[in-house]
Amino acid sequence: MENTLQAVPQNWYLILSTLLFCIGIMGVLFRRNAIIILMCIELMLNSVNLLLVSFSAYSGNSDGQVFVFFIMVVAAAEVAVGLALLMSIYRNVASTDINVLNKLKW
Amino acid sequence: MTTLIYTTCLGLFCMLAEVLNLRKLLVPALIIGLSIIFVVNMQQWGITTPASIGSVSVSHMIKMDNFAIAFSGLAIIISLLIFVLSANYYKDEQNQLSDYLSIMVFVLCGALVMFSYNNMAMLFLGIEILSISLYIMAGSRRFDTRSNESGIKYFLMGAFTSGFLLFGIALIYGASGTFELEGISKYITAGEIAPMFYLGISMLMFAMLFKVSAVPFHFWSPDVYEGAPALITAFMSTLVKVAAFAALYRLFSHCLGGTMYYIEPMLIIVTGATIMVGNVTALSQKNVKRILAYSGIAHAGYMLLGVLSSQTNAASSVFFYATTYAFATIGLFAIAIMTFKSNHNENVEAFNGLAKKNPFAAALVSIFMLSLAGIPPFAGFLGKYYIFSEAIRNGYVTLTLFAVINSIIAVYYYLKVIIAMYSQTANDKTLVIHPTYMVVAIICALATIGLTIVPDMLMQILR
Repeated sequence: MENTLQAVPQNWYLILSTLLFCIGIMGVLFRRNAIIILMCIELMLNSVNLLLVSFSAYSGNSDGQVFVFFIMVVAAAEVAVGLALLMSIYRNVASTDINVLNKLKW
Repeated sequence: MTTLIYTTCLGLFCMLAEVLNLRKLLVPALIIGLSIIFVVNMQQWGITTPASIGSVSVSHMIKMDNFAIAFSGLAIIISLLIFVLSANYYKDEQNQLSDYLSIMVFVLCGALVMFSYNNMAMLFLGIEILSISLYIMAGSRRFDTRSNESGIKYFLMGAFTSGFLLFGIALIYGASGTFELEGISKYITAGEIAPMFYLGISMLMFAMLFKVSAVPFHFWSPDVYEGAPALITAFMSTLVKVAAFAALYRLFSHCLGGTMYYIEPMLIIVTGATIMVGNVTALSQKNVKRILAYSGIAHAGYMLLGVLSSQTNAASSVFFYATTYAFATIGLFAIAIMTFKSNHNENVEAFNGLAKKNPFAAALVSIFMLSLAGIPPFAGFLGKYYIFSEAIRNGYVTLTLFAVINSIIAVYYYLKVIIAMYSQTANDKTLVIHPTYMVVAIICALATIGLTIVPDMLMQILR
């Protein structure tokens, strides 16, 4: 037991991050507030981070941990752009509910 | 690798141009810069030295093989044509010109990464560089609620699928212990594939099929295409689609080829559904951008046929198809943007009587429409022919027949625009096509006709 991360069986990490990922998906699909959807997307990305770190710790290969940094940077950029888009929408329609966005339909 | 570095520097230059008060020089500088990058890119042809930055080898991240160089060349030409259009398109928004152009150059950077990735990390970064820039561009008309809506829809769905892409990559990493394409490919050939790995490639496929807007993950594309500014729609429907396809093709030819037995049934259904839903839904559309979005979905279906046949080096036929599709679409948008502007209308009626107002423009639009429909004298026909013959060689006869029948259905909605131009009465508004738009349209028309005369020029390079 060289690593504190390895004190917990690997499958538990897998189950936990899958659960978090599913909570994220459910949030994106069922919540109507764009900010909460954004938070749920972050939850999905962070569950992936957890998964990558645990795989990396168990296989003794640091690639996965480096990947986590990439994900964090990209997630930060993504949130910045997403919030900026939300701001411009809020200025136009004074709401962050995605149901008001119904101009484009077939 | 040099291609990517130079393009990034060009993007940074565009951002600085605003500070240095070089706004007037911006578009000419971009065009010259991209032409130089094109030449630099082509000089790497056939050179197999591993990619490196200075003395540090990055070959486990990026591999500039001929496939990557060919697609990079195509992407640079597409962006060149779009930047030529942008000079006039953004003439009323000079304050934001350098922001828009630099973000568009960064889209190109993302695409270049997607053509040459050799590691799942680079695939992810390429997709994100491309997408994040596009979210901004789709929503770039800040005071237009339609543009806002298009931006946020694209953003929410794109970020949602990024989650799936990452979860898929994480599971593949967990099973195979590596992010490198060759390592994963070795893991597949070694047998003993963990169930986790199959789940991983399913999620990865879901994300990639979303990016190429294949049915049933296509719902974002018509909405986003309709709401985004027309120039960005042209950019998205050409460069981004080509990039997504090249990435998908590379994934199969370099990495997941060994799991084709698992992906094949799913991919066949998706291909058939994409071709049919794209064409049939386009029949009832009125907005030209929406028609082109659905036609783009249908074309994605034809290119998926090429991806299905990736085992027998179908790269050249996919490349040829992508080229014909991109030229026809850009040319079409060059005329359509002017038509939309003069009529303040983006429906098919905007084209009414174009043949009387501007017969030459109408003739060009007809060429592009017929090329997209795949009518013989134009390049689109050859593109379809190569894709279909490649698919038949791989034994997908029923699917190919289905695709042929659907491409006949598609003729209806392309002809709808041509009929509007030639047989409807014109309104009294005059239509002056700005010379830059005309130049782009003529270049695209020459390419569309020229490729039928010398198709081998493109078909041989990726053999």
